[in-house]
This record gives sequence, C-alpha cells and structure tokens, in this order.
Amino acid sequence: MSETTTGGDAARDEWYAVAIAAQLRPGEASETVLLDEPVRVARSADGTLAVTKADGTACPAFERYGHVWTSVGAPDHEIFDIPEATQEGRTLVDCGAVRVRCSPLRAVENFLDIAHFPYVHTDILGAEPKTEVEPYKVHIEEKTDEIWATKVKFFQPQAAKSAEGGIVTDYMYRVPAPMTAILYKTCPPQPGEWDIITIFVQPLAEDLCDVWPWMALFDDGNSLAELIHFQQMIFLQDRSILENQMPRLLPLDPKMEIPTRADMTSVAYRRWLKKRGMTYGALTQAA
Amino acid sequence: MTLTLYDYVLSGSAYKARLMMAILGVPYEAIPVDFYPGNEHRQPDFLDLNPSGTLPVLVDGDLVLTDSAAILAYIAQNHDPSGKWMPVGDAAQLAQVIQWLAFSQRLTATAGAARLHDMINRPLDVEAARKGAHAAFRELERHLTDREFYGATFLVGDCPTIADIACFPYVALSPDGGIAHDDYPAIRRWLYAVRALPGFLEMPGIHALHDLRDDRPGTVTHAAE
Repeated sequence: MSETTTGGDAARDEWYAVAIAAQLRPGEASETVLLDEPVRVARSADGTLAVTKADGTACPAFERYGHVWTSVGAPDHEIFDIPEATQEGRTLVDCGAVRVRCSPLRAVENFLDIAHFPYVHTDILGAEPKTEVEPYKVHIEEKTDEIWATKVKFFQPQAAKSAEGGIVTDYMYRVPAPMTAILYKTCPPQPGEWDIITIFVQPLAEDLCDVWPWMALFDDGNSLAELIHFQQMIFLQDRSILENQMPRLLPLDPKMEIPTRADMTSVAYRRWLKKRGMTYGALTQAA
Repeated sequence: MTLTLYDYVLSGSAYKARLMMAILGVPYEAIPVDFYPGNEHRQPDFLDLNPSGTLPVLVDGDLVLTDSAAILAYIAQNHDPSGKWMPVGDAAQLAQVIQWLAFSQRLTATAGAARLHDMINRPLDVEAARKGAHAAFRELERHLTDREFYGATFLVGDCPTIADIACFPYVALSPDGGIAHDDYPAIRRWLYAVRALPGFLEMPGIHALHDLRDDRPGTVTHAAE
C-alpha cells in the first residue's frame, strides 16, 4: 500500500500559531518550520513582529490568542474569531508547544474524540465502566463553514483542575479552521459559562506537528502552573497514542476505516477536510 | 512535618519522588513549578531555593534536597519500616544500589534528554543522545537477563529498591524520545514488574497495568489529595 497525497495547497492558505507571543521578547527570534518550510519568527527592538522564509520572503505576522500567527500562503480570510478570548474574568493560559510525530490532522481528530477518555485519561476525564458516548449533534455552521458538535455529555471523575469529584460534563466542539479545534466544557466555578480549551496545531511536516494548547478559563484558586500541568498531563497522555496511530496520515477515504456512532464528529471532520481540499497530512485514497 | 515537593508533571525525575511516596504511602504537598513553557525553575525565586535550577526539590523543614537520588534515599530511610527499599544493613547491596543510582544519571542524560528534545524541542544532538541511551539499555538488559537466570526480578537483592525507582522512569518513557523497547525483552519484563508494584502511580507516557486495577493483592488505596 502506498500513501498518496495530492499536494496541500489549501493548507498553505491558513493561519498558524508559531510562537507564544509573550515569550518572544524584543530583539529575540526563533527558528521553526511551517508546512515543510523553515521560517524565522522575530520581534524587533521596537516590538514589531516579522516572520520570514529562508529566502528572505516576508510572511504576514500578528499576535492573537496569546500566540504569534503567520501563513506561508495567501489566506483570503481573517483569522477565526474566539469571542471568549476577550471576555472579562477569564484566565488566559499559554501552555507551550508539544511536538508530536503524527499528522496534524490526527492531532485535531484525537482532540475531537470523547470515546477515548476512560481509556487514555483514566480516572481524570473518564472512568470505566462509564464508557458509553451518548448521542450528540454535529452540524456545519453555514455562514462560517465551521464544524460544531453540540449536546455532548460525558461522565468525568475530574473534568477540570477546579472540579472536585465526578460530574457529568457538557461539551461542545468547534472546528473553525482545519488545524484548530476549540473545546467548550462545563465550568464548575462559573455555572452558565463555558471554559474553553483550544489546540492550535502547527504543521511542521505531514507527519510531524507542534501542538499549542491554549485555554481561557474561569478558574478560582489554581495557580497558572497548576493549570498548565493539568493540560500538559492530559495532552501528554494523548501523545504516545497519537505517535502509534497507523496509518500515520489521516485517511479521508470513507472505505478505509469503519466509524461508529461515537465518531460522528470525526466523520464530519474528514468529509469537511476532503471538501476543502485539505490533503496535507491526509491519505486521500487507498492504493 | 509535611514534606513539600516542588514538582513538574512531565518530569521523569520528579516522578521518581512521586512514585516512591505513592508506593510507601507518604503524604506530601506538591507545588507545581512552571518548567515549561514558563521557565520558572530559572527565575530568582526558585534559584533562591535551588541554585542549580533543577527539579524536583524536596523540602522537609530546614532540609532542602535537590537531587532525585538523594530524595529517594531520604524518603526510603524515613518511611520504609521494612528497610528493604534502601538496604543499609547490607554493605554489598547498598553499594550496588548506589551504583545503580549513578547509572540512572546516564539514563537521564541520554534517554531523558532525547525525550525533552522530541517532546518540547529542546536543542540537543539527539542522535548522540539516543546512541548513549541504547548503550545504557544494553548494559541494563544484560544485567536484568543475568538476574532472571538467578530467579531475581529487580536490580539488586530479592526485592525492589530505590535503584529500581531511580532507573525506571527514563527507561519507561524512552519511546517518547524515539527509543523503542523492542530490542530489550528483559527490560520490558522489568518495566512490567515495576508497574505491577502495589501502590504504583502512573504518569503521562507510563500507563498503569489496566487488568490489575483494584483487585490485585496488597493494593493500597490512598485518600484523594
């Protein structure tokens, strides 16, 4: 079997996080890679951001949601809006990048999955025998062409750092861009609001990515370090699973894997990627 | 007096202390340190506590311990009535334990460094680190194979010691740094034996033995912290 892809131009015309804004101080620069292209992310002495390719070509660069964003292509759209980012009372948490040897699309798909909670995040985000994923809703928001999964419920022994004891947690998932996912979850200290946890996935190569988790939480009493540790613990539990998924690239051909009803979000995500020609990191046909 | 552990959830060295205290049922207070991305361990407040800027740190009253092997020795010596985890009564065994504690530093410097490189992009000659890790793993594999011929499971003597706890994390976590366990069958059996210890604690990248959950003999249930 050969792994076939068809380019990845659609991936070039998207926005990607490539650094934590607060950690790039005036006069500093970092070297990274975006879609196989080496790029340099720098902040000049006066604070201006610059992202340049190896040949000196300038890429767009701006700060949003705690990170520096850029593109190696020419996006015809603004970066997606996260209204919660500016809502008063939220703690914004930069979690740093975790490098994972997997397709960037698989990192997003794993983030959208609930069924693995009891097995991978045992006694934290899920616990046996309460492993059933109850029916939930998935739709594509027509105006914005975003995927939304709503009415997701799952029993969690310790859903968040601020949660004591098990609760049934309500979730929503939002995919505003192919390599970004936002999770909305019950917020124990602030009923009626949602905590949000996002992952901004920076594709380095088709099978290698830096995942930048970022959170906007209503949290009482936890230190920033505690919040970061909780998120890193969860994400690192996923990492070893992600690095062992086969095939490495995400199959978009519906004949290649058999989903169950719990995988509705994943099915919608794969179809949506295919429709948008997002083939970078994907397997488009079984050979 | 409560023990205080300055902790980082992804640190294999901090995990040695957590694991030892979990197995011996030692209560402690954990203070999370933002090692990454915040670099809190290199900030003045932390350097006042530990000038070498490393994690973990264990504080007991006026005593500040900044080396994971020293921390293991201190915990075992104070909280293990059986005296088996730190066999001070047997010169040969104690010396071997200390030898493996030194060996564990090689694991940290090779397999542990490769993991930080692969996981959070720390600058490193990763090929050299992996090569060093495989060399250390081959030594460990040979020792554990010898031990099996004599009917023993752990590194020293007849039961687990702090030597096993010191060597376990960076061997168990090595796939995170691109170092597979496939070529080391004796190491794999030893990892399994450590994971089967009553009171075993997992960390991200090291899973508990699923099928032994709750019903294995000698399981100690600790109250939620």
